[in-house]
Amino acid sequence: MTQTHRLLEGGLVDRSKPLTFTFDGMTYTGYQGDTLASALLANGVRLLGRSFKYHRPRGLIAAGSEEPNALMQLETGPYTEPNTRATCVELYDGLVAKSQNRWPSLGFDVGAANSLVARFLPAGFYYKTFMWPASMWMTYEKYIRKAAGLGVSPTENDPDVYHGTYAHCDVLVIGAGPAGLAAATAAASGGARVMVLDENNTPGGALLGTSNNAASLEFIKRSEQALEQHENVQLLTRTTATGYYDYNYITALEKVTDHMGPGNGGKSPRQRFWKIRAKQVVVAAGSIERPLVFADNDRPGVMLANAVGTYINRYGVLPGNDVVVFTNNDSAYQVALDAAENGGVVTVVDTRPSVSSSLKTQLEQKNIKLFQGHAITSVQGAKGVESVRVMKLSADGDSVQGQAWEIDCSVVASSGGWTPSCHMVSQSGGKLKYIESIAAFVPDESRLKKTSPNISAGSCNGSFDTATCIQQGARAGLDAATRCGFDGAAASGDSFQVNEIPLGTISPLWLVPTTHPVGEGRSKHFHDFQNDVTAADIQLAAREGFVSVEHLKRYTTTGMATDQGKTSNLNALAIMANIQGVSIPEVGTTTFRPPYTPLTLGAVGGQESRELFIQERQTPMHEWHVDNGAEFEDVGDWKRSWYYPQAGEDMHSAVQRETLAVRESVGMLDASTLGKIDIQGKDAVKLIEMVYTNNWQKLAIGSCRYGLMLNEHGMIFDDGVTTRLAENHYHMTTTTGGAARVMGWLEEWLQTEWPEWEVYCTSVTEQWAVMAINGPKARELLQDITDIDVSKDAFPFMTMREGKVAGVPARVYRISFTGELAYEVNVPARYGKHLIEALAAAGKKYDLCPYGTEAMHVLRAEKGFIIVGQDTDGTVTPQDMDMDWIVSKTKEEYLGNRSQARIDTQRAARPQLIGLLTEDPTVVLPEGAHIVSEVSDAPPMPTIGHVTSSYMSPNVGRSIALALLQDGINRKGDVVTLRLMNGEVHKATVSDTVFVDAEGVRVRG
Amino acid sequence: MFIINCPYCGDRDQTEFSCHGEAHIPRPTETKKMTDEEWGEYVFFRTNPKGYHRERWLHDHGCRRWFNALRHTVTDEFVASYKIEDPRPPIPDNGGQS
Repeated sequence: MTQTHRLLEGGLVDRSKPLTFTFDGMTYTGYQGDTLASALLANGVRLLGRSFKYHRPRGLIAAGSEEPNALMQLETGPYTEPNTRATCVELYDGLVAKSQNRWPSLGFDVGAANSLVARFLPAGFYYKTFMWPASMWMTYEKYIRKAAGLGVSPTENDPDVYHGTYAHCDVLVIGAGPAGLAAATAAASGGARVMVLDENNTPGGALLGTSNNAASLEFIKRSEQALEQHENVQLLTRTTATGYYDYNYITALEKVTDHMGPGNGGKSPRQRFWKIRAKQVVVAAGSIERPLVFADNDRPGVMLANAVGTYINRYGVLPGNDVVVFTNNDSAYQVALDAAENGGVVTVVDTRPSVSSSLKTQLEQKNIKLFQGHAITSVQGAKGVESVRVMKLSADGDSVQGQAWEIDCSVVASSGGWTPSCHMVSQSGGKLKYIESIAAFVPDESRLKKTSPNISAGSCNGSFDTATCIQQGARAGLDAATRCGFDGAAASGDSFQVNEIPLGTISPLWLVPTTHPVGEGRSKHFHDFQNDVTAADIQLAAREGFVSVEHLKRYTTTGMATDQGKTSNLNALAIMANIQGVSIPEVGTTTFRPPYTPLTLGAVGGQESRELFIQERQTPMHEWHVDNGAEFEDVGDWKRSWYYPQAGEDMHSAVQRETLAVRESVGMLDASTLGKIDIQGKDAVKLIEMVYTNNWQKLAIGSCRYGLMLNEHGMIFDDGVTTRLAENHYHMTTTTGGAARVMGWLEEWLQTEWPEWEVYCTSVTEQWAVMAINGPKARELLQDITDIDVSKDAFPFMTMREGKVAGVPARVYRISFTGELAYEVNVPARYGKHLIEALAAAGKKYDLCPYGTEAMHVLRAEKGFIIVGQDTDGTVTPQDMDMDWIVSKTKEEYLGNRSQARIDTQRAARPQLIGLLTEDPTVVLPEGAHIVSEVSDAPPMPTIGHVTSSYMSPNVGRSIALALLQDGINRKGDVVTLRLMNGEVHKATVSDTVFVDAEGVRVRG
Repeated sequence: MFIINCPYCGDRDQTEFSCHGEAHIPRPTETKKMTDEEWGEYVFFRTNPKGYHRERWLHDHGCRRWFNALRHTVTDEFVASYKIEDPRPPIPDNGGQS
């Protein structure tokens, strides 16, 4: 294929560097400096995709990131990316692109039949048609998703690397067009730290698409050189400001190596996500041209006027030889001149009844025919523009009359005026105001000087000539730097000659009439191309009462596609305003939402992905567990040993073996993850009295006590054993998951309520390595490796002794979470691995069995010991847990005390903890299973409780369960019914919660 | 993403902090003598204003100190942050615009 539409010279492409690429399997050639869009256009490829709803043929509309149509499936395999805009993809050698939303091929698309039934696919069609019956939605949805929808997601893992980075600056400039460059130069002149972001691969903005490139390029070069002189200035190209949040927090996506092609980026990340905090922001984001909304304005070849100009001037591509320029303002006349200058046959159709004589003269000099007060009433050509019909507009612009002129053409360059890019200001919380003279919204004066100080400059502020843009930019840059405390040089700004025709007097014609009323006949007036929304849809929304701008948007899906309505929003508002007979500002705008352009989840995640997504916490004995074949369980961020399968064992048999071993000989568990808090100070006991429900005043030094913590609602939120180490020194333990929460709880009360108390709390969770030794042979085992007197009388249950274990200093707590004779050996963390190795060696003759958290759960459930967060859920009082014994009746105050007497906590039939023994002892109920008062074939059924813990207990020789059951404590001995999700029904007897050694003999052995 | 002034550390990013609702609600003493309504008022009820709000903040990932701040709930402007024991700063009379 040859580049039939490439001009012989001109533009910023390097004709000495040809690049080969494929589109839908065909091979083409472009040049270095092309985008995928300009290269396709150079090759005469106009049909680039099918539209979202009607599958209509679509081509390029724009030359920048506002492009709604030319969405590509880029690359293949793990590198594939859907919905990339061809206008933003820099061409590289070997690029592979495919069109989307077509089947079986772009040229012949079965879905285009939607177009024939278009009158049955109005706005809100899916909502109206597929709502009933609700159960069928799942069936419909599959087909709707297949029929609609754009590209496809990759199915393999993303091989690319992404980075996130933080930056701070005094002045952030968004956009490096003429205003942005002037702002940055002025701000930098006084020494401010300046960052400039631009989505293009080179600074310059709109100047890159103007016809006098030499002068523009010199200005860009001058500005770059001026910025380079300052160390504090960072100019980031290929970087889009995607979000603007409170206090001038701006996110930006830098496409670092996308332009090199997949896998060619070397050691650089593919993309970098910037999180920037700026003292002042200058928004110089430019503006976006609006299409005119006329009949069948979506035919491939109907483009924005400035896009035609940009393809000619920046890329050296004439999109077509016969060009009709259709406009309601002066700016498009430059495009007409540029096209004619480059060999195009040009006709201008202007909706305004008369234009200035100077414009007429310029057109005449280039032999350009002009229709004044005329409009395009139809576009012919199914897969690309072949001709347009032009008729005279009535004086009010509501209808057309007279003779229809047929003009052969391949390109329509349309301009409905310019919409300042207010996205950033709107995201920051700023308000917009409507300016009649430009028929568009601009940023209102900032009301957010404290939380989001910013200034808009250039065409995003409604100034469309380059000289004014530069002046405004320089002024804004200087002001911003001054507010940061820098003196800038006088901000006069640069000046040079640009070939441009300013906006002039715009005469809005928001909806271009045709020979029949809009919405009738087969022609369509599109305003939102990507979501296939037409003026008729807005009329329908108005008829059905969806007139508020937020309803209009959601009902018609206007502006909700991946382009977020960059080219469509204002047209939609204006059409609605006309229907209602109100002004555009009365209709109002929707709030712009980040991101400005789509960004990859990879970039947002940055380096915090895969193994760095959550950082693991490992105990000092972790290596030993790995060496001994442990399977691990995540508990909070901790990796805990779950069970230790031996050869041929599955999880169930390993857990059963471990559970038996603890009660028959001795087992050891790594308990290092339990939260540990060191509490000291003369008021320490006052704090402990306040946070636990029971009495602590009389706890002897060296003794341990179990405690429950309540929040002020009276609900259990943590538990643990606290030991008095010395007169004013306590060691508190918490649940593994609750450690940070309890630490915060203590600090909160100490700092906010009792700051005068002398108490110091220190987290020592990671300072101690802990092995729990449980079982009848625990004493014998410990005896062999400690100098502590572990005899029954010298070291009773619920006490602590200090000494040496395995030759290292240790605190040994005789406490038990299994109901067996047990010791928890605490050694400084650095001795953790030494301790477990010493225990393993000494334990051989006692058949010591390492056990994990699963056996721990079974063992504690056999004893009816609760796990906070499993058997409780934040709505459970101590009484509900049948633990009234731990609630002091004599203490005046403790947290949650008064809530114990609330009506709700006192009411009858609260769920209470009980045991359950299934009728069939082999049935292990699923945790969460509901106890129901009546069984029916399908939900709903009245629920009176649910299972919280459930295991097969080898020591009891049957399944056991704990459950919360309404009025459960009074129902012991009753038989209840459980109905499972799979329809099974089981009977179970309500029992006590203690299934093993109810008298508590073993623990005191 | 706010910038919040910790009275102990200075300006820091919001990610270092957590907010804990309305400030200046002391825990009652002699709670056993309170009616259910009085206790319920303390535990459950908050003012939730549209406008200036004195609230508790914790510099979790920093000095771990609790402090109070005066923030406008519409504009998110932080007028002042102050230590627990400091007197309450006055509410500005400009209606929350800044």
